[in-house]
Amino acid sequence: MSFPWAAQYEPKNPLMKWVDSRLPLPRLVYNAVGAGYPVPRNLNYFWNFGVLAGLALAIQIVTGIVLAMHYAANADIAFNSVESIMRDVNQGWLLRYAHMNGASMFFIVVYIHIFRGLYYGSYKAPREMVWLLGVVIFLLMMATAFMGYVLPWGQMSFWGAQVITGFFSALPLVGAPIHTWLLGGFAPDNAALNRFFSLHYLLPFVIAGVIILHIWALHIPGSNNPTGVDVKGPQDTVPFHPYYTAKDGFGAGVFFLLFAALTFFAPNMLGHPDNYIPANPLSTPAHIVPEWYFWPFYAILRAFTVNWFWVPAKLWGVIAMFGAIALLFFLPWLDKSPVRSANYRPMYKVAFWILVADVLVLGYIGKSPAEEPYVRIGQFTAAYYFAHFLIIVPIINLFEVPKPLPNSITEAVLKGETEEGAPYGAETLASASGAH
Amino acid sequence: MIVRIGGFLAGLAFVSALLVAFLMPRDAAVVTAAHEFHREPKEISYSFDNPVWGKYDRQQLQRGFQVYKEVCSACHSMKLVAFRDLEEIGFTKPEVKAIAKQWSTEVPTINDKTGEPTTRKALPSDYFPSPFANETAARAGNNNALPPDLSTIAKSREGGAHYIHSLVTGYADQAGYKNEEGEELLKKFPDAKTPPGLHFNPYFANLNIAMPPPLAAEGQVTYADGTKATIDQMGTDVAAFLMWAAEPKLENRHRTGIAVFLFLLIATMLAYGSYQTIWRDKKH
Repeated sequence: MSFPWAAQYEPKNPLMKWVDSRLPLPRLVYNAVGAGYPVPRNLNYFWNFGVLAGLALAIQIVTGIVLAMHYAANADIAFNSVESIMRDVNQGWLLRYAHMNGASMFFIVVYIHIFRGLYYGSYKAPREMVWLLGVVIFLLMMATAFMGYVLPWGQMSFWGAQVITGFFSALPLVGAPIHTWLLGGFAPDNAALNRFFSLHYLLPFVIAGVIILHIWALHIPGSNNPTGVDVKGPQDTVPFHPYYTAKDGFGAGVFFLLFAALTFFAPNMLGHPDNYIPANPLSTPAHIVPEWYFWPFYAILRAFTVNWFWVPAKLWGVIAMFGAIALLFFLPWLDKSPVRSANYRPMYKVAFWILVADVLVLGYIGKSPAEEPYVRIGQFTAAYYFAHFLIIVPIINLFEVPKPLPNSITEAVLKGETEEGAPYGAETLASASGAH
Repeated sequence: MIVRIGGFLAGLAFVSALLVAFLMPRDAAVVTAAHEFHREPKEISYSFDNPVWGKYDRQQLQRGFQVYKEVCSACHSMKLVAFRDLEEIGFTKPEVKAIAKQWSTEVPTINDKTGEPTTRKALPSDYFPSPFANETAARAGNNNALPPDLSTIAKSREGGAHYIHSLVTGYADQAGYKNEEGEELLKKFPDAKTPPGLHFNPYFANLNIAMPPPLAAEGQVTYADGTKATIDQMGTDVAAFLMWAAEPKLENRHRTGIAVFLFLLIATMLAYGSYQTIWRDKKH
């Protein structure tokens, strides 16, 4: 795994020697996130977000396990059990608000992580597998978050579950039986709540498993970098520890500051007030809105308002909403430009920023009621979303003249200057060849 | 190549479906009375408004509790708040015991000799007893409307305590009612006349609410602390109490938050320092 000049694990302490020769777990950690993993020296702050996403998952698992000790997955008492966590459990309000806002932090971090991959071409060869696994993680996260939002059994929980599971009924012929089978009934009720709780507890561990594969696949070619140029030699890299552990430590501090600000000072800002009303199947809320991280996809779902090519509008919406994520699986083969980083792709760079603006507008539309002018804006921006990935990106490289790439990462970093003091590359080369 | 052709065709399908929908003519937007005459909550400031420093005013919460007890609790339950919780807003243990004992509704229980249903006086450990035995009884007693439970009401409405204050003090005479633009409601929407049994309130989403004006006259309650019980004062106080009922740990949260934030700020500065130190000899 990784580059030939990667430092080798040499346990000094006899106990670690004893462990390492029987179970090389310390070696695994050393090679994965220690000094044994050489990383490009020029990563910017956008490369902090992978670690931060892992941190967010860990926070969700820890707070979630404790919450599950107090939560009751029963339609009659679920709402009150959450309120009792807020009122009677020691620091229960903190656990619950941290878990609620932890989900938002997880999505903020993951969206930045995904857009970083899009900007710097991290999905391209040889990192396609890293990207594919990442899309799988994203899908699992969405399923987990959706089912978690159902658990407090408030009005938005119930009606959100009603709308989202209703997608399956849009399928021709098999739709209605599948819908009933998934819910364990004709509408969300105790059976649905129980299975959602079971799956909400299971899926985070599946995510953790896929994250291990994601990191494993990443460590074969090593990390991408802002120039998108391959690592050429030891002078281009620094060991993960201490260089990037220190940088990630600072990133984690900023992450926690924002997380604390949300949890302690605005815990309900990203939620919907209706979810503090107990679920009532007989009273439909005026506007059913999902959580903010689903708004762009909700906008795409609702943008399809006409039957087209003998397919009903509702089915178009459902196919498009899933298609909007599924197309990411094909992105490595849709984009044929050999240049990774958008810094050297003048036209793609413009398209990228238009996409960012487009997704933000879609988010705003997803939150807004289904009235004019929102519906029209949503239809235009949804069309652009698909056009970006399926039409613009596949052909843009035919017209684009990439800027000249630097010969190496080091050249890009030093810009003609020399490294002060002893050249780091030579030193490491010497010690690496000495070890072999 | 196959992926790109397939993607291109799928892209054309989605984009064409959306552009056709985009170009479809729209029905003229329906303008409703609720849309034009609904009002945003009145400006009012509470001691707990500040998201960082905000604290409850114990005197105000106690006054608000008195309004809830003497006015709201005749119809509205508050099932998630217990008498013991009142110690948090400054009542002493004996006071809480007396409040529980004197509560107008007793707690349903069974006779421990015969097993027959009966009632007993409330204890500090009891949750506030509900005024109606069940939803059917509540609807029967309220012209078929269900008075919502008030435990989380301040968090379940956009605007929170501000909205509640406006709602309970904002009833108006519908005849001649004008909005900010000076348009008269019944002139513009003659059909929007409040049906019998409902009450006109411009702060309520659809303008017509089943609840009769709860705060009808000055001095409806006699405050123990001598504060003059104007309608606005009672509305302000009860909304504050409902905010506390919905978010009893707010002060805890703010206090903990400030400590956590300061700790993290120092930790993050130290982390930044060590990041800079470690990278000092390295251009990047």
